[in-house]
Amino acid sequence: MNANLPPILSVRDLHKEFKDLKVLRGIDIDVNKGDVIAVIGPSGCGKSTFLRCLNLLETPTSGEIVFEGEHVFRNKHALLKEEYRQAKKAMQTAKLSRDKQAIETAQDELQKIKTAYEAEARLDKETEKRVKKTIDIHRQQIGMVFQQFNLFPHLTVLQNLTLAPQKLKGLTEAEATQKATALLKKVGLEDKANAYPATLSGGQKQRIAIVRALAMEPDVMLFDEPTSALDPEMVGEVLKVMTELAKEGMTMVVVTHEMGFAKEVANRVIFIDGGVIKEENPPQEFFSSPKDERLKDFLSKVL
Amino acid sequence: MFADIIKILSNAELTGYIFEGLWHSLLVTLIAALLGLFLGFVVAIVKIAPNNAWMRPFKIVCDIYTTVFRGTPVALQLFIMVFAVFAIPGFKPYAAIITFGINSGAYVSESIRAGIASVDKGQMEAGRALGFTWLQTMIRIVLPQAVKNIIPAIGNEMIALLKETSIIGWVGSTPGSLTFDLNAAASTIFRSVPNYLASGLIVGCFYLVIVYIMVLIVKLIERRLAKNER
Ligand SMILES: Nc1ncnc2c1ncn2[C@@H]1O[C@H](COP(=O)(O)OP(=O)(O)O)[C@@H](O)[C@H]1O
Ligand SMILES: [Mg+2]
Repeated sequence: MNANLPPILSVRDLHKEFKDLKVLRGIDIDVNKGDVIAVIGPSGCGKSTFLRCLNLLETPTSGEIVFEGEHVFRNKHALLKEEYRQAKKAMQTAKLSRDKQAIETAQDELQKIKTAYEAEARLDKETEKRVKKTIDIHRQQIGMVFQQFNLFPHLTVLQNLTLAPQKLKGLTEAEATQKATALLKKVGLEDKANAYPATLSGGQKQRIAIVRALAMEPDVMLFDEPTSALDPEMVGEVLKVMTELAKEGMTMVVVTHEMGFAKEVANRVIFIDGGVIKEENPPQEFFSSPKDERLKDFLSKVL
Repeated sequence: MFADIIKILSNAELTGYIFEGLWHSLLVTLIAALLGLFLGFVVAIVKIAPNNAWMRPFKIVCDIYTTVFRGTPVALQLFIMVFAVFAIPGFKPYAAIITFGINSGAYVSESIRAGIASVDKGQMEAGRALGFTWLQTMIRIVLPQAVKNIIPAIGNEMIALLKETSIIGWVGSTPGSLTFDLNAAASTIFRSVPNYLASGLIVGCFYLVIVYIMVLIVKLIERRLAKNER
């Protein structure tokens, strides 16, 4: 949308492994201000993992994440490790061949990789040290909405909304309450301020979860299948809130199975499969002329 | 037998033993409980904290602690602590209390850990996603929900502790010492009125009444907490 502004989130070559399971294998994406990005893909392809990596609820294995111009994750030396190992092996092979020329070439190559590896490792370490102190501040700017709502059951709706702004942003109780009330009004739930989450319907819970995140005035909102745990008749009320939010210019990354939302509200749609972004396009093209075979197959099942 | 019971209860010296024993039982239990609760809480937090490099040694120490103290008889722990580790003249009663506290802490830590683990993982994630640190989320969001599950387990642990302290006389007890508890009072009374059943029944009733009061307190707290929920 705003091509001249730097991206809010910049993701480069993002990898995530759980033990032996390679879930993300090199994700690259820039999230620009005002973008509404719909993320779709088969179940288990790593959509949630991708989203959770963005606010570091999950620590990626390697790659880079830059949030508002600052690295919040950087690990480039992990990938070089393999190259380094191979250069060492090549060196040994060259030594065995006793070919002076080959040994020299291998030696140069090894030295080059070693220098690069060490330089990256140093930068990675510096970033890690800095981020350890700043990550909680960054997370305040990144709102997240979960499939299972995760409202705080021991607090009232109002307290759910005022806790973080009061404790983390230093708002007074009156300020926080005023803001929370305005947000509740916006989603039509001002009469539920003093109710406990257990008394709400799924759709109401998710609307509260959305405004709880908004109360921190985040710069970007992440949604992980926000309507998947809802009864069908409640999906609409939540999508309506999200659509309004998009219209107000909120930057959003939304993992969803709601193709209608992806088509009508998102300005970009990405398809994740096999741990990479297989296809990205504006919604019209994405749905009318998919190129990737797996995407065609996926769309034929969900549409 | 009734005659013996009345004989005991109408003898000022003997009832004095009973009340001294009662007081010591309560005191020993209370101090050991406070020590156990403190230790248990710290150990539970260490065990449940994120597993990073500088936490690991603490986690290992805590694991060894709970394994050893839950895996061996408390009488043996008492024996080692009183006669070996703290073999200081005049320190026996305190060594015994410390042993009960440390032993209780091992069980309390497991109750607290289990209570925290029973809170949905999504709660910690939601807290972190809002920008709270791990500790802030633990204190403001997870622990208040865990308390409901922890209180009954800790109540049971305190009752077990009260009964467990009855072996304290085993390290040697004479009237006037902290180790002279209810159980020791029963043995002493037996020397004046040689009827096991009579002294046993009287002291047993005292234990029963205290345990019953403790159960009531736990129930009261539970009800209070349930009301807060909604
Ligand atoms: N904490 C974890 N430990 C091990 N494996 C995990 C973990 N989280 C997710 N996975 C695995 O990673 C894969 C991707 O999961 P996920 O990102 O939840 O997929 P999606 O959201 O697209 O359905 C799945 O195979 C899942 O089992
Ligand atoms: Mg998912």
